[in-house]
Parts: sequence; structure tokens; C-alpha cells
Amino acid sequence: MITAERKPLSEIKESIAPYKKMLIVGCGSCVAECASGGEKEVGLLASALRMDAKKENRELELLEMTLDRQCVFEFIDQLTELVDEYDAVLSLGCGAGVQAVAEVFPRAIIVPALNTTFLGQTKESGLWLENCRGCGDCKLAYFAAVCPVTRCAKGLFNGPCGGSKNGNCEVDPETPCAWALIVTRLEESGRLDALATIHPPAQWSRQQGKGPRKIVREDQRI
Amino acid sequence: MKPESRLRTVLTKGLFAVTAECGPPKGAGPDAIRKKGDLLKGYVDSVNVTDNQTGVVRLSSLAACALLKGQGLDPVLQMVTRDRNRIALQSDVLGASALGIRNILCLTGDHQSFGNQPEAKGVFDLDSIQLIQTVRRMRDEGRIIGGEELTEPPQLFIGAVENPFADPVSYRVVRLAKKIKAGAEFIQTQCIYNLPRFREFMSQACDRGLDAQVYILGGITPLKSGRMAEYMANNVAGMDVPDEIITRMKAVPAKEQRQEGVKIAVETIHALREMKGVSGVHIMAIEWEEIVPQIVEQAGLFPRPPVQDE
Repeated sequence: MITAERKPLSEIKESIAPYKKMLIVGCGSCVAECASGGEKEVGLLASALRMDAKKENRELELLEMTLDRQCVFEFIDQLTELVDEYDAVLSLGCGAGVQAVAEVFPRAIIVPALNTTFLGQTKESGLWLENCRGCGDCKLAYFAAVCPVTRCAKGLFNGPCGGSKNGNCEVDPETPCAWALIVTRLEESGRLDALATIHPPAQWSRQQGKGPRKIVREDQRI
Repeated sequence: MKPESRLRTVLTKGLFAVTAECGPPKGAGPDAIRKKGDLLKGYVDSVNVTDNQTGVVRLSSLAACALLKGQGLDPVLQMVTRDRNRIALQSDVLGASALGIRNILCLTGDHQSFGNQPEAKGVFDLDSIQLIQTVRRMRDEGRIIGGEELTEPPQLFIGAVENPFADPVSYRVVRLAKKIKAGAEFIQTQCIYNLPRFREFMSQACDRGLDAQVYILGGITPLKSGRMAEYMANNVAGMDVPDEIITRMKAVPAKEQRQEGVKIAVETIHALREMKGVSGVHIMAIEWEEIVPQIVEQAGLFPRPPVQDE
């Protein structure tokens, strides 16, 4: 999932200061799972903004909405009749959602309420971990299903570095050293000889070589 | 290759090599480098120049190496992959060779979060092993990454580092073998304070025949104080300073602790000279380069043998 964290209220307040009538739009997918931009968070943020406006004697009208997916046109279309009636849209979608909405409504002002962070997993309640960089060239098969690009602070393909201590990373001693995990997992599955392989330089072009990436699937086009 | 790497010549002749580390200044003045060069001249075979060590901005390693070369020293260019992508790295490899620098030490580098530019973007386009392999191919095959041919290959003696004390321990010798396979010709180790553990590492390396494939230089860092020993033990990842070393440093009065540190360094060098597979020492006297001559003399490694360019 794509994870995100809500921006501090002060920053949101500053970015919406010019607007009196706003749509506040959440997303029911990834950001709902990581409790930053779902229906519940839309309600909490709207209440906080209304209370704040009331306290400061400011006029603020907010309409709350949550789309199933803010990054897909079919769902964004639910805003079509409404957008023109509002000064701006405060989006609790991820960066992809914010931009997808902006693209559908060329003249609308879209303001992000979240800081989009990473592709990750829900490890336990209230704990999300980054484990994919979307590099476009997945090599997890060679690294016992532990991504060195994402989970090693230096992204080493031929690690570990000298900073691995008691299974943890020197950069953040509370984070496991990806290479300690790789070595352990390979050892436990009887594949230690895989460590002798020298992995060649990565093809970063698959990640950032030609600007923003796109996937074209002819079989999916109508 | 002319001029020849003095370090390579000493090692191939089977002589016990001595190198020292030289940290460039946090400023544009060349005199700080020249002063360190003067201090070390005659006492070491090569001077190894750090590349923005611990992620702290300093005068560039390449420029410092060129200055030392001008003083008649044999510099070892440290090159980390943290700050430059493969275009810049390969370009600097060519530039170093053109300036007459004949040794390169390939590292990934300390993470930028430890330095004075913690907001920097870490590059890590290549890792140390990929850099070793890249330089080796540039030199031996005259080709850069991707296969394009060079008009003239760089002439460099290629080194790498290895930390026998880092975790996971079972993997350290495997990684050394991997660096040799990638093309490393000499290895500098992390500072040695735990001799039994280093001996075990060397014996495993020798069992695999690695000592016949690479020159290993044992890392020596003289301790300045008991506090420094304690700090290194507790705060520097991958550093193994046993309790008895800390106790020994603290047992002597503060004023004499530096000399105790020198004594430990000299004893360690003596032990390394006797150890199978060890071809030399690399002395990393951090911001204390002036002590190197004394250590070299007391270890019986002065004067350095005269060598002719081959």
C-alpha cells in the first residue's frame, strides 16, 4: 500500500487560508488502511478545522466526501457536479490522488493535506514499514525476499557494510540490517552459496531514467 | 605503468608494507595537506587520503592526492560511492590516473546521516564491490560500464576495505572473498584491537587460500585515551574494542594514556608481522598523523626500504 501521514494542522491552515468554502475529500484505499486519509480522518480533520475557524471567528464551510479511490477517474467523477461550487478541494489522497483530481479539474485549486511517504506494509496496529521503492526491476528472488534497495540504508546489492551491529543498522539501531536478514534467511533456507554472487550495477533507468514512468497495456485498453 | 605504485612494488617484493591515513582539512588551504605529507614522508610507503570521511565536507581526496603526489609521496585515492554516480566515479578514476595517482581504495562510504550534511541525498548508484569491478575492468579491459572502450585505460592498484569485526560474523570472510573476486588486489582492515578475533578471521581467510590472492594490511588506530577507547567500543558500529584494552588504557594516568595507546599499537603491529597472511599495516591516526613516525620507528619498520620504479 501507499502510506501517508497527515500534515501538521498549522501547515494545512496556512495553505487553505484564502478559502471559505471547501470540499474535503478522502480516499478509501491505501491512505484509509494507514489511517491518514480515510473517511474517519476526513471527519476528524474537518472537525478540527471547523473548531479552529469558529475560535478565530472565521467563516469556513466544509463538505466531507470520501471516494473509494482518488486515483481512478470513475470515482473522481463523483466530484464533477460539486467542484465548481467550492473555492478549493482539500485532498486527503496520496500524491497520486491529489494529482489525478487536479488533472480531471483543470481550473480547480487542489490542496494536499497529507505527506505521502512510502510503499509499505502494515506490520501491526499503528506500525507501517517501508519495503518497496518501486524500482521497476524486482530482484527479491536473489535476496531471500528482503529488498536491499529499500531496506538497506545504502541500498547495497553486495552488502552488508561494516555498520551492521547485532542484526541492526547503524543508521537507525531500531531498524534491522537488511543484509543481516538476507544472510539469515539464505542460511536458514540452505542457500548461503547465493552470497558469493556479485550483483552488477542496477538499471536505475527503470526507476527514473526517462522521467515519470508509465505502463501501457494494450490488452486492458477499451 | 610509470610512475609505478610504490605500494604495489613493496607488496609484490614481499616486503611488509606501511601505509598511513591522511584526512584532508575542512578548508581550501593546501598547506594542511603538505604539512601532513612532510610528516609522513620516509616513514610510510603510501599515504591514504579519505574521501569526505563520515560524511563531513572536506577538501577533495583527488585534490589532496595530487598535492601529495607533488611532494613525491605515493597517494592512495579513497573513493566512496555515497556522493557520486557511475558517470562521476568513472570520470574521477580516469582523472586520478592522469594525475599520476596509482592506487585507489574503493568504498561505499559512511552514511550521510552521520556527517555535517545529513539532509544530503545519498547517491549509492554503485556499491563498493561494483566499484572495484568497474575500476578493474576499466584498467584490464579498457572498458567502462556498458562496454564502451577507453582511449587509454587508467593505471591503478586496486584496494578495498574489510571489517573482520562487523556482523554477521559468519559472513565476513565470504565478503572478503567476494571483494577479491570483484578485483581487489589489496585490503585494508578495520582497526584491530581484538587480536584473537582478527587471528580467527585471518586463519579462515588463509584456509580458503585468500592470503595468496590479495595483500592484507591490518588496520591500526592508536588510542589517545581511555575515554576514546570506551567511545569507540560503545558508539562506533563495527568497532570491536575489548574490555581489557579499555581497562589497560584507563589504568594509566591521563597524561600517559597517549603513550599507552602508542604501545598497544606497536604491540599489535608486532603481532601482525608474525601473523600468516598479513602483508602490512595501515595506520589510521585520526587527526594525530604526527604520531605515525614514532609508531613506525618503534615497530622496527623504519627506514622504509628503497624501491625502484619497475
